[in-house]
Amino acid sequence: MNNAATTRDQAKVMGRFDITKRLVAKLQHDEAVIGGIGHTNWDLWASGRRPQNFYMLGSMGLAVPIAMGVALAQPDRKVFALEGDGSILMQLGCLATVANQKVRNLAIIIMDNGIYQITGGQPTATGMGTDVVAIARGAGLANAAWATDEAHFEALMDQALTEPGPFLVGVRTDEQKPYGQTERDPPQLRDRFMRGLGVKK
Amino acid sequence: MTTWWEIVRDVLKRNEVKLITYVPDNVLNPLIKAIHADPYFHAFVTAREEEALGIVAGAWMGGMRGIVLMQTSGFATLPNAIASLALPYQIPVLMMVSERGTLGEFNVGQATVARTMRPVLDAMGMEHHTMSRLDEAEFILDRTIRQAVTTQQPACLILSPLLTGGKAP
Repeated sequence: MNNAATTRDQAKVMGRFDITKRLVAKLQHDEAVIGGIGHTNWDLWASGRRPQNFYMLGSMGLAVPIAMGVALAQPDRKVFALEGDGSILMQLGCLATVANQKVRNLAIIIMDNGIYQITGGQPTATGMGTDVVAIARGAGLANAAWATDEAHFEALMDQALTEPGPFLVGVRTDEQKPYGQTERDPPQLRDRFMRGLGVKK
Repeated sequence: MTTWWEIVRDVLKRNEVKLITYVPDNVLNPLIKAIHADPYFHAFVTAREEEALGIVAGAWMGGMRGIVLMQTSGFATLPNAIASLALPYQIPVLMMVSERGTLGEFNVGQATVARTMRPVLDAMGMEHHTMSRLDEAEFILDRTIRQAVTTQQPACLILSPLLTGGKAP
């Protein structure tokens, strides 16, 4: 990936909702997106309902494993996991699993604002200096990079959409409030997603 | 004579349970080996049981059936993921737990955590069955898988030391 040597400190702090909209605008082939809990998920919801989006309501830390499962079941579809820094810190082992299983159609995006924003802004480990992209590289994800700015993020997404992965992209995000909230009807969320993936007719 | 793990392998295959995620266990070892030896299955180890459950849940939504293999102490890490993912979203995640902590356990920690397993399953209203006899193994596993899939509910199968021989000191 471009600028692979970039560290967290060098990445620009960007708007979470803006970045989410930039991702969604690039999805032209019914790519699946798994939104982890919290503001990451709510901004995905607010960026426009897609039947190929899955919205979590709990099970913090499982966006990447869920996305990996979808990717294994549907190897011809690109799958994106949108996860927060607090969430991925709960389940770092999954990065090693993704790397070792070489899930080619999976891209992981970590929205890293350095805080548990939804619970009152307490700092996460990344806010104290931990670098998730460096952890990902250590786990075996060679294609792991920080997005240095919006244009770089878009270039990385183009790469994830066209080249074999797995990929991990770290995005430093601001502390803006989310632009919406997901519905809280889990069977319906799941049913829509399965229809969006063509599993149910 | 057919072994318990051959029965499990064959019933999983017959029910198109293709994806096997696991955290290893000594008692499960012959089953894990048999599954890896069979190209029908896609099997791999995960770092943690929650992760294994998440992968199987995602695969189900993508159209592939799977099961999580673990031991009792691993099950104890799962209640939040079951309560907030498998149950509310009605995703039939299958789980198979090698039962430690009873009938000759030598580790008091295993004995204590094992006592939490069935009360937790009951508290969540989950279908669970203990496989303790070779002549019942096929029926219990086959019917539990079918019920989980048709009712869209997770289910747990517990492998008793009476079936597997367990792990003795």
